[in-house]
Amino acid sequence: MLSAMKYASPTTVAEAVDLLGSEPDARVYAGATDLIPQIRAGRPEPTVMVDLKRIARLCAISSNGSTHTVGAATPTADICAHDGLAAAFPGLVEASGLIGSDQIQSRSSWGGNLANASPAADTPPSLIVNDARAVIAGPGGERTVAAADVATGPGTTSLGPGEIIVEFELDEPPARTADAYLRLIPRTEMDIAVVGAAARVTLDGDGRVAAAAIALGAVAPTVVRVPDAEAALIGNEPAGDALAAVEAAAAAATNPIDDKRGTVAYRRQVAGVLARRAVSIAAERAARQGGQS
Amino acid sequence: MSRVHVTCTINGDPAEFLCDGGQTLLDALRDEVGLTGAKEGCGTGDCGACSIVMDGRLLCSCLVLAPEADGRNISTVEGMATGDDLHPLQQCFLEGAALQCGVCTPGFLVAAKALLDRNPDPDETEIRYGLAGNLCRCTGYDKIVRAVQAAAQTMNES
Ligand SMILES: Cc1cc2nc3c(=O)[nH]c(=O)nc-3n(C[C@H](O)[C@H](O)[C@H](O)COP(=O)(O)OP(=O)(O)OC[C@H]3O[C@@H](n4cnc5c(N)ncnc54)[C@H](O)[C@@H]3O)c2cc1C
Ligand code: FES
Ligand code: FES
Repeated sequence: MLSAMKYASPTTVAEAVDLLGSEPDARVYAGATDLIPQIRAGRPEPTVMVDLKRIARLCAISSNGSTHTVGAATPTADICAHDGLAAAFPGLVEASGLIGSDQIQSRSSWGGNLANASPAADTPPSLIVNDARAVIAGPGGERTVAAADVATGPGTTSLGPGEIIVEFELDEPPARTADAYLRLIPRTEMDIAVVGAAARVTLDGDGRVAAAAIALGAVAPTVVRVPDAEAALIGNEPAGDALAAVEAAAAAATNPIDDKRGTVAYRRQVAGVLARRAVSIAAERAARQGGQS
Repeated sequence: MSRVHVTCTINGDPAEFLCDGGQTLLDALRDEVGLTGAKEGCGTGDCGACSIVMDGRLLCSCLVLAPEADGRNISTVEGMATGDDLHPLQQCFLEGAALQCGVCTPGFLVAAKALLDRNPDPDETEIRYGLAGNLCRCTGYDKIVRAVQAAAQTMNES
């Protein structure tokens, strides 16, 4: 099985893009933790499997003080072991660490998690609340888009033919800002989210919310932002009525499915609860940072 | 179809094999190299029976394409014993009856070794999370956890 395919391991982005141009049925991969199971389940075999992991830029983590850059094929194990990322984006790093087992962590990538476009993927909500940008290379050169604009539906993306995600850019958060990610799964490990909720909160000097972003996974075909919940927080302490409004707005923003992991009503309720808790955790983390903005 | 020539290190020794571009590393290890310790339980990354270590990373060899191994350093369960001397994990699995049919055992041993290499004194929760990528349908896991604890103790005493 899997034996008719060819293997290619370009070492530069240009080489990878050229290869995709000359082989229309070639497919890029990083960890193959989505792609190989899908091919085994009967998806069409690519003619060439293009391994992105020998391209240094796709596996590098760097920061210039104001922007963090993470290669799209970087294993999530490396992301979780990176102190700078954990300090700046604790929730995004938590979401990354939730993917699969230690074995999967050695291979799973943000690029694959986002480009696979599963509605239940764990890192996209956190990438989105942190305003991550995806740098995309293709036959026409490079372009940068919001990570929020990559997935367009279950299994579909805005990537054009021959385009690959090269890296993600994340701006260093302002003072008193932190994120959090929570997901509910039926077991303690190794399952797919019933609901995932990411929140990022910036507090002002008085402990009121100056900026907020909330995004939900697994409750609609793509990640859902909850502007009503964000608006309910601004200018208020992240407590009491403001949190109740977050919960109500998050539940209302969902458009979930019924499946063996949960009914529509259950997913709605859980989305509200997780959004509220994620906001609380993010706010506590932001408050702990102290300091003046 | 032309086959891919792979040169790598397996369990400390230089190794070479020919494989197909789309062949998994698990199949190449078993069918081309003749190392049948790693098993295929699921072929989809869920069971961990195919666990190996490549360049220091624990992974499922069923989700790795064999040509990726070129230039890499691979450890499999076959490399755990030193001659006739079993690794403490192997000895403790045997003594603690941490296996029944044995299909999952090579994967558990490799994953447990990777866990102890990183964290020589894990508590029970850390062991259970560390081995969450390995499934066993026979033992109920308890004896596996105890065996890993016993091996950790032996290794820390020696
Ligand atoms: C046992 C198991 C448990 C899992 N648990 C979770 C979980 O808890 N949460 C979760 O979210 N996911 C989970 N997954 C799914 C998977 O591991 C993740 O989605 C992972 O992040 C995919 O990354 P990858 O590099 O392996 O993707 P790949 O399989 O390499 O690629 C996935 C898709 O993205 C495309 N692609 C990859 N990289 C790029 C790029 N740079 N540019 C453009 N396209 C690209 C590929 O062509 C393919 O279509 C699990 C998978 C397994 C097998
Ligand atoms: S055979 Fe590889 S994880 Fe099951
Ligand atoms: S001993 Fe049979 S599967 Fe574990």
